[in-house]
Amino acid sequence: MLVKSRTATLAEDGFARLPEKGRSLWADALSRFARNRAAMMGVIILALVILFMALGPLLGRWTIEKIDWDVMGMVAEKGMPSLETGHYFGTDDVGRDLYSRVIQGIGMSLMAGLVSAGVAVAIGTFYGAVSGYFGGRIDSAMMRFVDILYAVPTMFLVIVILMMFGRTVEVLFVSLGAISWMGLARVVRGQTIALRHREFVEAAVAGGARPLAIVYRHVLPNLLGLVAVYASLLIPDMIMVESFLSFLGLGIQDPNTSLGMLISEGSATMMYGTLWQLAFPLFFFVLILFSLYFVGDGLRDALDPKDR
Amino acid sequence: MIRFILRRLAIAIPTLLALIVVSFILMKVAPGNPFTGEKTLPKEVMANIMARYGLDKPEWQQLLDYISNIVLHFDFGPSFKYKDRSVTEIIAQGFPVTFTYGMWTFVVSTVLGVFVGVLAAVRQNSWVDYLSLGITIGAQVVPVYVVAPLLVLIFTLWLGWLPGGGWNGGHWSNVILPVVALSFSLVASVARIMRSSMLEVLGSNYIRTARAKGIPGYKIILRHALRPALLPVVTYLAPMLVYVITGSVIIDMYFSTGGIGSAFVNSALNRDYSTAMGITILYGTLTIAGNLLVDLIYAWIDPKIRL
Repeated sequence: MLVKSRTATLAEDGFARLPEKGRSLWADALSRFARNRAAMMGVIILALVILFMALGPLLGRWTIEKIDWDVMGMVAEKGMPSLETGHYFGTDDVGRDLYSRVIQGIGMSLMAGLVSAGVAVAIGTFYGAVSGYFGGRIDSAMMRFVDILYAVPTMFLVIVILMMFGRTVEVLFVSLGAISWMGLARVVRGQTIALRHREFVEAAVAGGARPLAIVYRHVLPNLLGLVAVYASLLIPDMIMVESFLSFLGLGIQDPNTSLGMLISEGSATMMYGTLWQLAFPLFFFVLILFSLYFVGDGLRDALDPKDR
Repeated sequence: MIRFILRRLAIAIPTLLALIVVSFILMKVAPGNPFTGEKTLPKEVMANIMARYGLDKPEWQQLLDYISNIVLHFDFGPSFKYKDRSVTEIIAQGFPVTFTYGMWTFVVSTVLGVFVGVLAAVRQNSWVDYLSLGITIGAQVVPVYVVAPLLVLIFTLWLGWLPGGGWNGGHWSNVILPVVALSFSLVASVARIMRSSMLEVLGSNYIRTARAKGIPGYKIILRHALRPALLPVVTYLAPMLVYVITGSVIIDMYFSTGGIGSAFVNSALNRDYSTAMGITILYGTLTIAGNLLVDLIYAWIDPKIRL
């Protein structure tokens, strides 16, 4: 027989596949993520931005703080983007090189997003897992506290905290995280309650494991997917909030800078015809946020068990 | 209904008290006091100042005074920075401004948002639908502090139609840009919410019945579909309030409208604790009251959750 029958082929395929390794949750999610074009685009753009941040300074001819005295006072006429002067993105209002400042701003904004989201995730996950696992009175007291925090305009609290404890980068990042964990805490609590009655947790209880150890060893690992999704959506939010504060002059301080601060400076001077001061930081800001949202969306699609 | 209101109040009041207490504790644990400046004051002078602001009393006494003054007299105490002004005066001066454009923002974004949402639902997959989807995604990454400069760039610098700042006693030309900047992403969000809930309602059985009876399309939308479809929008009013309040800080700073937002930022920059706390508490109260109101409206529209 020259041509195998359809059934024979199918059967062979089936046998060939039998010993295949089972796909783990993460491998499965990864392959689904890779198929999502918007998300992959986001990853690529983010990688390019980070590459630019890392390698950009090699091309720069000016440092962050150095003032170009030739340009100062005549920024509108002489400070525009040009290859000759070495100010690829032009200069800011006092004659500092915008190219190097944008690179620094990208770094600071990404850092704000990562660190603040990290703080929020750490608090929220632990709080939610403990609340959900113990249940009862502890649970309702802890969740009532979350309700209270939810009803407060938290942005104002952050500003007050910054005012009182000094406007340093550390205080800023921690306080941003400290106001943003409530949503995650609620979600984690819900999942934990669902997990609590599963057999493997009961087995751990029967085995005599201590409650906190169960939360840490058995409950938290099962929440990782959910937390990863939430964290990835939190990062752009944190970048937004940081630039909100920097726009008001309440966040990062000179000579440090963030994209929000550069946007603020650029929008304050645009009536002098120096539009590049707004355009370059804005471009990177929107680019970063767009790609982060797409990546977050992709992660949600890939990791959300409901869609399977 | 009364029991429902009472139950909501039973949550709202402790929340408010907690907010005041947290603010007060923050004020106390902050390093230094508002009067530590570049030159150190003589001890006697410092003691006098402390007595003037009531800071020499025991802390619990201060807290009780603070709460009772706010609740009974709407008095947030004297400003720590401006010797001749009280926090209440500062708030009273800025509030009408913020309130005016805040209210307009609410009206514009709900009315326009609902209109666009209904249109997008009725003409599903048309250009209206795609345009509102596009703006929604855009609005997510283009916050107020980006929209505001762009608006000024276009309408003030290039076209020269509208003033780029100032309040001018609330002249309409000064109100437009703040309202547009604040409403921009809200219109898009309301439209998306309205669209999806409208689509759901339009697919339900009683709408099919209405169609079968031969009622004209616009009447079905207005009479039968609109009210139930509005429910999710009502829920969205509460986050909208937070957005408007937070956004107003940007608006007041950027457009120099002289509202509460600029008073707040200035107090934060000057370490004027009492003003910053007073405004935080005021906005907290507004948020909590707003949430309460939304709950009541919701209960009024949807008989199912009436308790």
